[in-house]
Amino acid sequence: MGAFLRDEWWIMLLAAASLAPLVRRFAGEGFFPALRTLDRRWIFLLMFWSVLLPIYYIGLTGQTFPEVPSALSQATFDEIERLQEGDPILLSFDYDPASEGELGPMATAFVKHAAAKGLRMYFMALWPVGAQMIDDTIARVIHTDYPELVYGQDYVNLGFKSGNEGVIKVIVTNLRELYTTDVRGTAIRDIPMMEGITNIQQMRLVINVSAGYAGTKEWVQYAVTPFPDRIRLVAGSTGVQAPLLYPYIPGQLAGLLGAIKGAAEYEKLVVDAYGGPNPDPRYLEGLRRMGPQLVAHLLIITLIVVANVLYLADRRREMRR
Amino acid sequence: MKRTIPLLITALGGFALIVAYFIPHTQSWGEQVAVWFDVLASLAFVLGGANLLKIHLKHVSDRARGWGYSAIVIGSFLATLFVGLIKVGVSPAAQSPDYAWSGSYRQIGSAFWFGYEYGFQPLTATMFALLAFYIASAAFRAFRAKNLEAVLLLGTAFIILLGRTFAGVALTSWIDPANWEGFRYLTWLRIENLTVFVMSVFNTAGNRAIMIGIALGIVATSLRVLLGIDRSYLGKD
Amino acid sequence: MSRDARLWTTLMILGALALLVRAAWTDQGMGREYVRASPAADGRITRYEPATFGDYQRSVAADPDQATVRVSVPRSVGLWLAAFFTLAVFSFLYKDNPFYKIAEAVLVGVSAAYWMVVGFWDVLVPNLFAKIFPGVVQGWAMPGLTGPEAERNLWYLVPLGLGVMLLWRLAPRGAWIARWPLAFIIGTTAGLRLAAFLHGDFLAQIRNTILPLVVLGADGTFNPGASVANILIVGSVLCCLAYFFFSFEHKGVVGGAARVGIWVLMITFGAGFGYTVMGRIALLAIRLEFLLDDWLWLIDPAGRRMATLAQGLLVNI
Repeated sequence: MGAFLRDEWWIMLLAAASLAPLVRRFAGEGFFPALRTLDRRWIFLLMFWSVLLPIYYIGLTGQTFPEVPSALSQATFDEIERLQEGDPILLSFDYDPASEGELGPMATAFVKHAAAKGLRMYFMALWPVGAQMIDDTIARVIHTDYPELVYGQDYVNLGFKSGNEGVIKVIVTNLRELYTTDVRGTAIRDIPMMEGITNIQQMRLVINVSAGYAGTKEWVQYAVTPFPDRIRLVAGSTGVQAPLLYPYIPGQLAGLLGAIKGAAEYEKLVVDAYGGPNPDPRYLEGLRRMGPQLVAHLLIITLIVVANVLYLADRRREMRR
Repeated sequence: MKRTIPLLITALGGFALIVAYFIPHTQSWGEQVAVWFDVLASLAFVLGGANLLKIHLKHVSDRARGWGYSAIVIGSFLATLFVGLIKVGVSPAAQSPDYAWSGSYRQIGSAFWFGYEYGFQPLTATMFALLAFYIASAAFRAFRAKNLEAVLLLGTAFIILLGRTFAGVALTSWIDPANWEGFRYLTWLRIENLTVFVMSVFNTAGNRAIMIGIALGIVATSLRVLLGIDRSYLGKD
Repeated sequence: MSRDARLWTTLMILGALALLVRAAWTDQGMGREYVRASPAADGRITRYEPATFGDYQRSVAADPDQATVRVSVPRSVGLWLAAFFTLAVFSFLYKDNPFYKIAEAVLVGVSAAYWMVVGFWDVLVPNLFAKIFPGVVQGWAMPGLTGPEAERNLWYLVPLGLGVMLLWRLAPRGAWIARWPLAFIIGTTAGLRLAAFLHGDFLAQIRNTILPLVVLGADGTFNPGASVANILIVGSVLCCLAYFFFSFEHKGVVGGAARVGIWVLMITFGAGFGYTVMGRIALLAIRLEFLLDDWLWLIDPAGRRMATLAQGLLVNI
């Protein structure tokens, strides 16, 4: 930390200089009076530095916080780990760039885990931009680290279909009614790994990365609930959605990764099992992002505490009057 | 006539799917209706885009306030549509090089991919990144512990915010049986364990009750629509 | 010029100078995209796959005259455009301004067209036109379309007809024609959701709440932790449902249960707020990573600009 402060003095100076007017205001007007009329743009600036400085520090030093996986992340990992080589799994990437900060690391880790185990991966998307997310993840993981995997034999990209829950409703009994070709325009019957696959009940596991509607809730309602003995589901979802999915655990949802914390825990499990002694930093994105998370969380807590101290002080003053 | 046939279509479409859910022999009806629905959803994208164009063209022709930005919307819309539909910069698929239109419209290096990678993706992602700032501002301005309920909400928020980062782990790491044997019965007080407890018990229970309530509401609304009691979606004559 | 405008102009000039110095006068530079040229289809087509500065350095070290990995000017311009858009959107935090409005207008236009293009190529062509005119589509854009999936199915004239009627909504007269496809969409959605919500969110959730109140371990010993948790879950669900029962007056036992239900709901919303904060911050983090890593080249956590393929070691703080 000392070496960082010495070498990167310029960014610390920049941060201090930008906050100097605020400090001057506190000194001049007093702490509480300044807080009462605080412009929200100072809060924006505090949030900016509390996320940027940890990112810069972690980017330069490579240090991160230790992660201890929780039971839900372990359950998600175990669901994939129990599968055998060659087992077919469906990966549905139902998100777009707006949620890539949280879900990108999850998608990467899921594909890394599946590829390392030699599972047969069937990709699809319920969101229009999800198809691009699939391309990006395949390029990031399979093309670079698993070039021996053959498209059409080890993994296939079926792409996006519109209709949200209507898509799940169809493919749960008849996949080929909707998916006549893959994204490359090859007929389904000409793809070796599609032989014998008529619906998604034949998938050993469904992995869903979800940012909202249509997503994990729809997969639970339209795929798992009608066929509880045939379809098993694990999901990675955004922080906004994750608490709403807890009622489905464990009966309808075998495992859940919630927000960037879930992603970091799962990454740790995958990297410990399959990352080797020097894990590729590409698979540690979630772990790196926990640094700015911690500082920003502390900022939010501080803001709430300070605001409530101010509120209580004002209330006491009014009661005395 | 203008309202009767749509009401019949609503009822037929909906009940076909409900009957297919319960009678396996009619599964193919449900599949067919669902496939038509999926195709129609894509045509709804076309409607959405065309509606956007109509609104902004009107802004420009009326010279309404901010019409210059409407012109930018129209320009970027038509440019993206053109390069995407015509597959500008897309080379044929490697397995069928004689078919000029066989390449993927999202091919890396194509004009459509360029618009996504350097326009759509950074813009969408940054728009949502603004929310982090607003949540900090809202936390400072709105969250006041005025009563017991508010204290419960804020207290839970603090437990989650600390427990889902290393800060919580560090804060209560001293609750360790290695430090004092009695701590063996108190490890549930560690913030990360409290977080798991709050999520798996109280959060699950609260969301489950909300889910049950919403499910009943959806069932009631769906029945009203299918039986023709609620006709608001048809609009005025 | 006002004080505010003077301050911002000075900051902009200093920022631009800093970028110029970094891009032009430092060893590494910043904001460049590289590509690798790779032939496909027996050399008839050249694809340009994304590459990194590290790939370029290694290629040049192996062969100084190589031209396979090189700077891509269009993609580098695109990268600077992406950075400009990112900063333009962030500028809204200070004040609404023309740069933000331009970025917003571009986003609205591009995203609407993006959805239309995706819908056209991924759904309308393979799932509508290929069902009605399979031969035409096969000869034009989908040469791989063969077999039973390529057979003509004229039932698809129904969604085509409904789709044309849907577009009539934009017409100045006869907008009522769009009621038919809208009725179909509404009816189908209602039918889908009725069964799914009843089964998955009502019945299944009641079943999930039927939990043992006395939990015994595998060896028959009493498990107090799990028992307390189950009692709390069942009790909390019932109290929350009591709160939602507005047809009874909340007095006496019902009133007490409703009060407890409110407390459980407050804890639920507090947990939701905590998770929402977590979610939002990660979105900001990835944008700032883009600015520092992809654009400014100030950090390189993934080692994409390292000349040697040394893996970064992650060390615990």
